Amino acid sequence: MIALEARKLVKQYPSVLAVNEVSFEVRAGICFGLLGPNGAGKTTTVEIIEGVTPATSGEVYYFGKPAGRKFREEAGIQFQNTALQDYLTVRETLEMFQNLYDRHADLEHIVRECSLEDLQDRDNRKLSGGQRQRLFLAVALVNKPRLVFLDEPTTGLDPQARRNFWELVNRIMSDGTTVILTTHYMDEAQILCDEIAIMDVGKIIAQGSPAELLRERYQSVIIELPIDDLSGDLGSIEHRVLESQGMIEISTDDVDSSLRELATHAKGLNRLKIRQPNLEDLFLELTGHSLRA
Amino acid sequence: MLKRILAIFRARNIEFVRDRSSMSWNIILPVVLMFGLSFIFGGPERPEYRVGVLQAGEELDKDQHPFLAMRYIQFVVINDEAAGFRRIARHQLDLLVQFDEPRSYWVNPDSSKGYFAELALLQSENAVSHGIRKAQITGDAVRYVDWVLPGILGMNMMFSCLFGVGYVIVRYRKNGFLKRLRATPVRAIEFVIAQVASRLLLIMLITSFVYIGTKYFLDTRMEGSYVALFLVALVGAVALLSMGLLVAARATSEELAGGLLNLFTWPMMLLSGVWFPLDDADVWVRQVANIFPLTHVLDSARAVMLDGATLIDVAPALVSLLLLSVIFLSMGAAMFRWRPT
Repeated sequence: MIALEARKLVKQYPSVLAVNEVSFEVRAGICFGLLGPNGAGKTTTVEIIEGVTPATSGEVYYFGKPAGRKFREEAGIQFQNTALQDYLTVRETLEMFQNLYDRHADLEHIVRECSLEDLQDRDNRKLSGGQRQRLFLAVALVNKPRLVFLDEPTTGLDPQARRNFWELVNRIMSDGTTVILTTHYMDEAQILCDEIAIMDVGKIIAQGSPAELLRERYQSVIIELPIDDLSGDLGSIEHRVLESQGMIEISTDDVDSSLRELATHAKGLNRLKIRQPNLEDLFLELTGHSLRA
Repeated sequence: MLKRILAIFRARNIEFVRDRSSMSWNIILPVVLMFGLSFIFGGPERPEYRVGVLQAGEELDKDQHPFLAMRYIQFVVINDEAAGFRRIARHQLDLLVQFDEPRSYWVNPDSSKGYFAELALLQSENAVSHGIRKAQITGDAVRYVDWVLPGILGMNMMFSCLFGVGYVIVRYRKNGFLKRLRATPVRAIEFVIAQVASRLLLIMLITSFVYIGTKYFLDTRMEGSYVALFLVALVGAVALLSMGLLVAARATSEELAGGLLNLFTWPMMLLSGVWFPLDDADVWVRQVANIFPLTHVLDSARAVMLDGATLIDVAPALVSLLLLSVIFLSMGAAMFRWRPT
């Protein structure tokens, strides 16, 4: 069953085309990732779907019908940047938002799931970055949503907090909730997402499951070596070669011959690594620039 | 719908009550206003004129001339003729008189108060000579404080309504809270009604508090019913709040909202009859004034307080105010923008 469908979404600002005929479908119960670097248009796309930014053109369908009040009632949204009312406690904030919906989740359960038990009486203004993110997520869950939007949910969190957040998202999905995640962290997408769409300059440039996309593109592995360790050019190596962040990356399906050739061009191979390609490699290849550029 | 309105209403009230600086200002201002009014308009009757009496001794014999028994005149003994002349020249005295021989008086021809003080002196001279018949007309004067009190309360209400709601909404819009609400089932009209209700509660409490205080301290006149006065204030506050919402419907910065709010409040303060009556103003000025909700609020409040007007008497004004509220609210909700851009 298709939970959400975006059809030819366009957002034209006076000087920039932020979203350029973006279309995709999201099956119910999966985690769908919208990936791309800052400025790719993913937040604008999601905000058009959420109904907070009007589209120049295009349509959004929720379970086969144009997204309207039912969508607002059943969707939970965690914004990347938002504010809550000052002077309200965490508990009061959750109660206020819950009363805006007809559908209600068990607040005690949400508070436990989001690890907010000890923060319930704390003023919103006195929460740390991670605590605020957990509250934003809890606010997105107060209406027992069938569809949850998470917009860059782990930006600014430390590695441990990110991992805790991923576990929380997995628990949310375990009862069949559909999740739409926007992120520029490829590891996050690879761990959480069943399907992804990669955006760049307002367009979707690749779409599918992470495994499918990587399988379609790569039958090979990647050999990494610091550029400093090379003694000359790689003229005789015919495989795909990329330079990134001081490393040379060689994509090859014949590791033995590539290593032999490299040995003749390198000062040493002590710092050489061999790994499977990931989404970051895919993005680099598709766009020619880093995801975090 | 009601549940959503109550949720936002309750949250806004909590926010207001816990915002100590804003809360204390909203309480301190009316208290200062009440005691300021008591100080300015309370106390003993004040003389209107100052008249110097040129004589040798310090003691003033009030029986030597009927002029010295006149009310609203403060008599000051002057021993030095030159000092008396100097004070007349500088308008520090309205008149200088000498009842000892040669009986004389001195007045500054450029002083309007001197002109009337001179008339009072000559009047008292005539009364002594010709025995003018005196007729009495009785009746309580409407003190200025009785007349101006509705104006001051109305002005305070106007600022609280327009700036209280306008700035809060612009702040919510700027910091993204409105955008967050936009992603919920809340409609613009529900949000707008909740904001009006929250501010209305606050304004009615504060205005009632100040009114009761001035009634107690100044014994202000009340000829009509308190119910009628309360309804006038209530409907007037709704109209002014709706106007504030209309101003804040699209504004994206406090600076712009401040400018727009001043554009509305200053003409009302000048033309709605806060400080002085507009009876003598040009017709067009009165017509312009009738557009403003504050004019209807003040005219109705004064009619109830000073002339004993009933609810039926002020009903047309209340209907006008309700009509203005509906227009402002509808326009505000239709133009309402959740996001800064």
